[in-house]
Amino acid sequence: MNAFKDAGHIFRLAAVFVCGILVFVGVRAVLVPKSFGQYGHYRGDALAEIAARPVNFAGHQACEDCHSDVLDKKKAGKHVHVNCEACHGAQAKHAEDPASVQPAKLDTAVLCVRCHEANIAKPKSFPQVASADHSSGLPCDTCHQPHSPAIDTGETAQATTPATTKVAPGGTK
Amino acid sequence: MPGVEGFMYPNEIELQWSVLIVLYPFLTGLVAGAFILASLERVFQVQEVKPTYRLALLTALAFLLVAPLPLQLHLGHPERSYEMYLTPHKTSAMAMFGFVYLWYLMAVLVFEIWLDYRRDIVVLSQSTTGWKRMIYRVMTLGSNNISEHALHVDERVGWVITLIGIPSAFLLHGYVGFIFGSIKANPWWSSPLMPVVFIFSAMVSGIATVMLIYMFVTWARKETIDMRCVDTIARYLLYTFIIDFGLEMLDLIHRIYESDESFRSLDFMVHTKLYVSHIVVQILLGTVTPITLLALTQVVRLGEMARKRIYALAGCLTLMGIFAMRWNVVIGGQLFSKSFLGYTTYKMGLVTREGLLMAIVLTILPLIILWGLVKLLPPWPEKNAGSLAGAAPAR
Repeated sequence: MNAFKDAGHIFRLAAVFVCGILVFVGVRAVLVPKSFGQYGHYRGDALAEIAARPVNFAGHQACEDCHSDVLDKKKAGKHVHVNCEACHGAQAKHAEDPASVQPAKLDTAVLCVRCHEANIAKPKSFPQVASADHSSGLPCDTCHQPHSPAIDTGETAQATTPATTKVAPGGTK
Repeated sequence: MPGVEGFMYPNEIELQWSVLIVLYPFLTGLVAGAFILASLERVFQVQEVKPTYRLALLTALAFLLVAPLPLQLHLGHPERSYEMYLTPHKTSAMAMFGFVYLWYLMAVLVFEIWLDYRRDIVVLSQSTTGWKRMIYRVMTLGSNNISEHALHVDERVGWVITLIGIPSAFLLHGYVGFIFGSIKANPWWSSPLMPVVFIFSAMVSGIATVMLIYMFVTWARKETIDMRCVDTIARYLLYTFIIDFGLEMLDLIHRIYESDESFRSLDFMVHTKLYVSHIVVQILLGTVTPITLLALTQVVRLGEMARKRIYALAGCLTLMGIFAMRWNVVIGGQLFSKSFLGYTTYKMGLVTREGLLMAIVLTILPLIILWGLVKLLPPWPEKNAGSLAGAAPAR
């Protein structure tokens, strides 16, 4: 009995630990969403919530329905596999109400270099330029038509143009 | 591109792990090392190091409290970090580490410190006044029993806790090495020796820290440094350091002999970008020099003042060397391309969330916490021996 009396403080500390664990279990029960772990290590309800969010992209077919002339031009050029909304942004609202919602005019000086700015890590076959040297800040559509960017030199539209000149490491032509 | 040589993949150009991730294993290492030094007295009965026992425990606690802060500052959403405890992913070593940390903090360090200080806490709860008295009274948990038998119970339980604490300390720091050692995509890190090297370097840095803090605090209190104690700590520091250096050299020789496809790239990095931090600071100044200095005190009979100066110098160089080791592991592992064809540069921010200023603050913060802990729980029993009816004498 004396042994228990002299170890009383140890039991008190043990009680503090037990209380701590109970508080943790209680807080966990309140804070962890009920649907957590339903399908995997995430909140099951998140799937329905994400599915219920409005769709922002119209999809390629929606563009083709109205802009077949632009699509024909695009099919003939190197950007044939680039989706319209990759450059023009999500256009679901425009597709729903083309009269009142118009896509913003794109600044090609900013847009094109997202893909075509020279970078040593890009494959050498990918058209890339050091934009500061190549165009001196002029918008790319001064010379190139973005839907079919190769410049027609009169010989062949497929020929290598300044825009597709390979660049040496460091970005100089 | 400035700072980039050769070919780097785009996501390798900027380093993801900054100086704070260097600081994190450094701080946890000090915790593990300080605790293992404390266990020398408790479990292995090395009486000479007794003057540093309590100081080592408080040092471990102060550094452990700060250890997660570098990680918090690195996180994009630190306010979500508690979710690691609520919904831990069992396959994530980092998530499991949260529990190792909590176990080590609460079940080992706080418990052991409380048991060791219980007599002092009870005495102080009755001899102090005001808010201090309130704090001590809460810390007694309402039990004022400090009879000889009750303290004997504390002693026995404390011994068991220390015994459990040693593998826990190994687990705490072994984990840090494990995290790096298990990244198979990075040849600079991927090595089964990594956890072992981290544990021994942790012991080295922790022992050096406690030795320096003990010498400084004793000098600041205008007391006499117990040379028998410091000599013993320095001897253990030397032994541990030799094992640590041996393991690191074993790893190095193994890499050189194996010479896998990454070797030429890593060898080039060590001789260029990492030359100063790895060869000069870590190996020459931070390892070979302190080992030589400590070995000198073992083979040459030196006066007390000379030994003190050598220990202080060797201790500082050791900490610098271990920090450089963490730097070379964390930063070095991100400087080369996984294509083995290029190298990038680490640009450390100054006054940024993960910059130099924050690293300095986080290095000083544990010392401030330690100062507070020492004020609250003085490690010197003679100062607060006190006398209470029914109290056993101070140990």
